[in-house]
Amino acid sequence: MTTLDINNAGSGADGRPYHETYKPASHFRSKDEEFDAVKIGMWLFLATEVLLFAGLFVGYAIFRMMHPEAFRNGSHYLDWKWGCLNTIVLLFSSWTIATAIGNAQRNEQKALRRNLLLTIACALLFVGIKFTFEYTPKWSGWFFKFDPALSHYEASGQTALGGMFEYVEGYGGKRPGSLFDYPFADNPYEPMWWSIYYCATGIHATHVLIGVGLIFWLYLRARKLHFGPGHYNAVEIVGLYWHIVDLIWIFLFPLLYLVH
Amino acid sequence: MTTLHGDIPGAHGSHGGHDHHDGGYLDRKGGMVSTIIDWATTIDHKKIGVMYLVAVLTMFFIGGIAAMLIRYELFQPVRIQTVGEMAGKATGTDLATLFGQKDMSVAQADNIYNRVMTLHGAVMVFMFIVPGIPASLGNFLLPLMLGAKDVAFPRLNLASWYVYVFGSIFGILAIVMGGVDTGWTFYTPYSSSHADPGHWRVVFMILAAFILGFSSIFTGLNFIVTVHKLRAPGLGWFDLPLFVWAMYSTSIIQVLATPVIGITLLLLVFERLFHVGIFDPALGGDPVLFQHFFWFYSHPVVYVMILPGMGIISECIAVHSRKQIFGYKAIAFSSLSIAAISFLVWGHHLFTSEGELAATIFSALTFLVAIPTAVKVFNWIGTLYKGSIQINTPMLYTLFFLFTFSIGGLTGLPLGALATDLHLHDSYFVVAHFHYVMMGGTVIAFLAGIHHWWPKMFGRMYNERWSMFACVLVFIGFNLTFFTQFFLGTRGMPRRYASYPDEFQTLHQISSIGAAILLIGFLVHLAVLVGSLFAGKKAPANPWGGLTFEWEADSPPTTHNFHHEPIAKHGPYAFDDVVPPHCDPKDYPLADPLPPGTKAH
Repeated sequence: MTTLDINNAGSGADGRPYHETYKPASHFRSKDEEFDAVKIGMWLFLATEVLLFAGLFVGYAIFRMMHPEAFRNGSHYLDWKWGCLNTIVLLFSSWTIATAIGNAQRNEQKALRRNLLLTIACALLFVGIKFTFEYTPKWSGWFFKFDPALSHYEASGQTALGGMFEYVEGYGGKRPGSLFDYPFADNPYEPMWWSIYYCATGIHATHVLIGVGLIFWLYLRARKLHFGPGHYNAVEIVGLYWHIVDLIWIFLFPLLYLVH
Repeated sequence: MTTLHGDIPGAHGSHGGHDHHDGGYLDRKGGMVSTIIDWATTIDHKKIGVMYLVAVLTMFFIGGIAAMLIRYELFQPVRIQTVGEMAGKATGTDLATLFGQKDMSVAQADNIYNRVMTLHGAVMVFMFIVPGIPASLGNFLLPLMLGAKDVAFPRLNLASWYVYVFGSIFGILAIVMGGVDTGWTFYTPYSSSHADPGHWRVVFMILAAFILGFSSIFTGLNFIVTVHKLRAPGLGWFDLPLFVWAMYSTSIIQVLATPVIGITLLLLVFERLFHVGIFDPALGGDPVLFQHFFWFYSHPVVYVMILPGMGIISECIAVHSRKQIFGYKAIAFSSLSIAAISFLVWGHHLFTSEGELAATIFSALTFLVAIPTAVKVFNWIGTLYKGSIQINTPMLYTLFFLFTFSIGGLTGLPLGALATDLHLHDSYFVVAHFHYVMMGGTVIAFLAGIHHWWPKMFGRMYNERWSMFACVLVFIGFNLTFFTQFFLGTRGMPRRYASYPDEFQTLHQISSIGAAILLIGFLVHLAVLVGSLFAGKKAPANPWGGLTFEWEADSPPTTHNFHHEPIAKHGPYAFDDVVPPHCDPKDYPLADPLPPGTKAH
């Protein structure tokens, strides 16, 4: 043996599946030790994820404090119904992946594959909703136009979408930064709100897509019977990752959509 | 597999290692091509450590060239002497002439100087000193010191090296494309909208730092898990070598601070590409927020730079004094408390841009760092007391460290005090303080560590005389270069300028001459170390008589590190009670000799 053996196994000679013949990498003393190590590693990685998003949350808090009007106005352009639907989709996907871990532990191969696919479907649905109903309308130019003939919506005390806005095609979207075309801002700092919104949800959506890749990798391995009661490290840690992606959205949703 | 291990102390110590190095990790596995493939795909922490050592020293060389260019430019102030109505001879434009600019204006000279200065800072900080000791010596030694076969995640370890190289390529690309002049701190709005507007090289340099952060996180995460899960049987937390404690504290900072710079630099890239405006006052953003974010990472990270150095010093001072380290727990816990306090002091980089109350609080917290740091220094000196001090290169560097690091630490206090900082901030005093800690601390400790573990890493002894000579050169050169800068700073020379009033020229010239001596010292070291690989004596397994696990392994270690999994039977510095492995008992008279017939080790 000239190198450390960390990719041992495959199906055993007697045709037993990978998860039954799995041996830990040779620098670990036991499978349990490896499992613990992998889990500590993932928890540490999750800590870095929380700190990564912490930067955005701090930015949100500070700019909200500095320009509360801008944030209030800006958040009126988000539809909480789409946000809520996406929250439900992600929560459901957290449940499916948690169930998938249980399936692996109980050697329920078919249910494991089904739950992994369901999780992928939810993730794609989330990103799909985000792009189709949230990003694209804001980017492509058809959007609610503030009608100056109507009174200032804050003065009227109504919710943002109640009557004072109408869909106008080709009016210019709300793209980030220099791409902003935003002639009807009530507050000069409103673009800041959109910057935070796009950065936070964009980086989160990237994490969702990375999750899709990881869970698809799990699915491919699950088809080769890699996971079972004897070995399900990867399912466990990708599951942990998926939960943090969910958790971050659970913070983003109220902060962006619900707090007026 | 040989079974000589450990049972007969001294049986093979004095004439060097095992008779046959079966499976030494450096053994060639075939022809040139297969050797290269073997190294490029290795998951052996020792090879990755060596690859990192080569990579970070290459970056040290590039950053060093930039430093020499800075000192070259500062030999003369930038002047255009006017003769009558005609612009006459220009001085201080030598650097620009080097870059092929013949028709010089002051602005062009400044422009080139700014780029070289940024290059020096960015390369030295992000590509050399942050990954430096942990990724090279740490990677090599941590599993050995724990008695493990490898780090917890070997493939992640290799990935971190490739990520490091990938990030460095981005940095070098930015340099080749003309260099950036933002300073290594990338302060906004300068870096976001003014520096080379629309140009990709600034984005590349920022991306380089962002990508290098991942490599840092991977290494830190790996080390934490390794220390938790892969300690040899019997090796409790307080049996760990102090280098391991230092690496553990370092890793905590790496894991917890790096993501914050990650999001900061990512937002800065968005700022340049999309003008999101979060840090740009023209768009309603807040440049001071950038400074807070930046230093929330970059202050803890100076302890990522220094803590591993402190770990090396703890090892060297105990082994080369052949003495139980004084205050083991105090040193171990001071590493942890430095790591903890490091997260609370970032505001001292913003004394002039934050509120008075915040500045006062940050100033007070800054003084707290001095306590665990001084605890370490006093414990090291306590270790020397009545020790059997061996003067060799590692020990010489250790003493060098105590001298320069103390100066660096103490000059930090006037910078942490609000009133004096108003006078000293952004002056050469800061430059000198920083270099006394980073170079006089970390680089010097790195050199101590490289010499201390060189026989273990490569199985060869270096030439002690020439190394000590080089060490003396480095000492003289270093102090000439940077001690002068304390005077420059207190007299009002601001940092980051290509030119200066005439009265500063003498001090600047002394500093530049010191830098040249420093360069010669480093080149002698390089020659001695590279020469040792070809002509050095074969190293014994335990040339210094160390007691930690790495000295039980062969020199160089076998692929699996140990012939048997080692078991901890004594503390890491129990020099009074134990004959070190592979050593002759008569060279190590014990304070209280063991009864005959008992095994020493």
